[in-house]
Amino acid sequence: MNNKRAKAILGKLAPLLALVILIVIMSLLTPQFPTVNNGMNILRQTAVNGFLAAGMLLTLITAGIDLSVGTNAILSACAMAFLMVSFGWTNPFVLLLVALIVGTLVGVVNGVLLTKLKLPHPFVSTLGMKYVLAGLALYLLATRTISGFDPGVTLLGSADLFKGNGFNGLPVSFLAMLGLFALVHLLLNRTSLGRAIYAVGGNPEATRLSGINTDNVLIFVYAAAGFCSALAGIVIVGRSGVANPSAGMSGNYETDAIAACIIGGASFTGGKGTIWGTLIGALIISVIRNGLTLLNAQSDVQFMVIGAVIIVAVFVDVRRNAAEEKRRRLAAA
Amino acid sequence: MSPVVELKGVTKKFPGVVALRDMAIQIEPGEVHGLIGENGAGKSTLIKVLTGVYQPEEGEIHVDGERRKFASPQDSQNAGIACVYQELNIVRQLSLTDNIFLNQGIKGPGGLLDYKSMDAKATELLASMGIKADVTKQAAIFGMGVLQMVEIARALLKDAKLIIMDEPTSSLGESEVDELMRVVRELRSRGVAILFVSHKLEELFELCDRVTVMRDGEHILTEDIENMDNDKLIRAMVGRSVENQFPKQDNTPGEVAIEFRGVTSVGKIKNVSFTARYGEILGFAGLVGAGRTETMRCIFGDLPVDAGEVLVDGKSVRIRNPRDAVRKGIAYVTEDRKGQGLVLNQSIADNLILSAFRHVTKGGWLSPSKVHEMSAKSIESLRIKTPNADNLAGKLSGGNQQKVVIGKWINSVSNIYLFDEPTRGIDVGAKVEVYNIMNTLASQGKCIIMVSSELPEVLGMSDRVIVMRGGEVMAEINRDDPKFNEDDIMKAAWGERQEQ
Repeated sequence: MNNKRAKAILGKLAPLLALVILIVIMSLLTPQFPTVNNGMNILRQTAVNGFLAAGMLLTLITAGIDLSVGTNAILSACAMAFLMVSFGWTNPFVLLLVALIVGTLVGVVNGVLLTKLKLPHPFVSTLGMKYVLAGLALYLLATRTISGFDPGVTLLGSADLFKGNGFNGLPVSFLAMLGLFALVHLLLNRTSLGRAIYAVGGNPEATRLSGINTDNVLIFVYAAAGFCSALAGIVIVGRSGVANPSAGMSGNYETDAIAACIIGGASFTGGKGTIWGTLIGALIISVIRNGLTLLNAQSDVQFMVIGAVIIVAVFVDVRRNAAEEKRRRLAAA
Repeated sequence: MSPVVELKGVTKKFPGVVALRDMAIQIEPGEVHGLIGENGAGKSTLIKVLTGVYQPEEGEIHVDGERRKFASPQDSQNAGIACVYQELNIVRQLSLTDNIFLNQGIKGPGGLLDYKSMDAKATELLASMGIKADVTKQAAIFGMGVLQMVEIARALLKDAKLIIMDEPTSSLGESEVDELMRVVRELRSRGVAILFVSHKLEELFELCDRVTVMRDGEHILTEDIENMDNDKLIRAMVGRSVENQFPKQDNTPGEVAIEFRGVTSVGKIKNVSFTARYGEILGFAGLVGAGRTETMRCIFGDLPVDAGEVLVDGKSVRIRNPRDAVRKGIAYVTEDRKGQGLVLNQSIADNLILSAFRHVTKGGWLSPSKVHEMSAKSIESLRIKTPNADNLAGKLSGGNQQKVVIGKWINSVSNIYLFDEPTRGIDVGAKVEVYNIMNTLASQGKCIIMVSSELPEVLGMSDRVIVMRGGEVMAEINRDDPKFNEDDIMKAAWGERQEQ
């Protein structure tokens, strides 16, 4: 029994173990890797993907997906730039609020397309939205890249705490991401809405017949994904200092976010996944990118390694489930 | 003549349990051999040993008197054993021909599939069982009855000597069951042996030549069916006599809880009127498709009320959706446990609170201690067999899953409980437990409405019975009415309207 328990805990910690091993390997391969400042770099590089993955996770738990998170983030950023260049709005509070509203509204539209217009799977509707939003962003800024934001706007993405004495500082964006993750954790585990999100992913019909308004649950989930996208967009503007409307289609935002969730234990069949797993998944991706860059490996190698990690992670998960299933069958028979 | 298939001293162990212990069974050619036992008795393991899914540690398998070892399902199929599972292996998007020839098409010159010959053979196989169907049509458009025949045709295509049927009638309507029985008899006359696994005693008596009873992984008895009766079979199965299969109690009906006045839901039910009172069990009898489930869905706000009036506690109400129904104190134990009742990949505790969030939240937050308290209470009072409330609901046996569904609704603290086929596919012991739960709820003054296709159950548990046919109410019969018997209810269900 004790052995079983230990195994269960080990199973849950597997992604964390993988992250630790990865860090050890990278440290052995390159002396530049295990420095405090590089650690901060990794956290900085994780923030955007982390925000996007948080929203993605919610949709994956409901057995859905949101392929528009990347272009939604860029659109939210471009909405701020548009107001700035076209109307001369510079108040950071107003601009940030607009970005959050735009992102959330896009999410609501995604949710309504899924629930009220009954499009078959969010893969289709959000794929369509991805293109529509990319186009909208380019249209708003007439394909120009806009810079010159108020420091208040870029604060979230660029600020660092405790900077000085050779220390590059603790990135605020990562801390904000951790805060959001804590909120998502509470939402998923400590509210009835959170339990309903898992239930919808497991069996929407049974959930509906239990007296839960599944349409509203789903609309909330996509709206939340949109909100997280907007936060990511704000961090992107902060890190780069610009709003680049063509970034949505050229980045790997969606795939990176999905990868973080999947490595962290989420499943396309729904009802599964945790925000802490997603955090580890996002860190694993950042560590690979960062370490390989330090090793002078180009993006070709990086892509191949990340791809292999996704496949291995899911393979390990499948094997674990199969082993568990077998044990269960044996016990039940 | 040697048996088609014989098991000798088969033992199959799993960590911590012996699923089969020294099991023996002989199946003769051209016999219908019934296999019965409670859930967990080892029937599934036995089937899996026969089909090569499991390899036993000890014992021998003989086919036509020759010792065989099945390393894989393929070996078993090659030896002439086929199995029609409860959940059919049908690819609904493919044609009937494709389904019958799923892994062994007829190839023409050039290695391409010869559909002309395949269609002809498929038609011939189905025709030999008295089924006329366009085999080029998609499987999805056919009913369960035809699809089951397609599975049997697949077995016949491989010249199966033994066809195992696992709970074959559980998803069929009345007329489809008759059809299946006809086909089984036809197969028997052709010399095919059938191992017929069922929970329904009357089917065994009607169909089988011999019956084998299993309990706790062991062989209890094999007898000619003529030498058996209901009581003997049940006693052999549960190891004791089930004193009272239906623990009926005296209920004192109170106020009217729910009333239908000429309710119509277009295409589903027509002009349905009835009343259900607090403190009574109202049974709904009728054939599959008679509109009973549709009536429940109308009560639960899942089907629109197009005409007529619904009254709850004497007040006219409109129940807009299931959420609204739950708010109005209505609970619905659905007929499809896995599809509509449970979230299988979530924990037992999560399922138990699904309709009772308002009872386990404090200031908007879920209270882990209240959740724990609620699930522990349900597990104890309903005797759900699980070591841990955090285990997945999908891991439970059918009877325990049903108890979780019922527990979910008890936790919702409703006043009106709709039970749709509450004991389908669960074993005798669990059935009695479900009946006792219904009794308890009734004596607490709840209104219980039970839909059941098993007449003995309707007669055994109801204070009053509504009989439906074709979406209409055909009869209403009180327990003290002389018409409260199987014959009169069946007559009504088959279309003899009775004056009320």
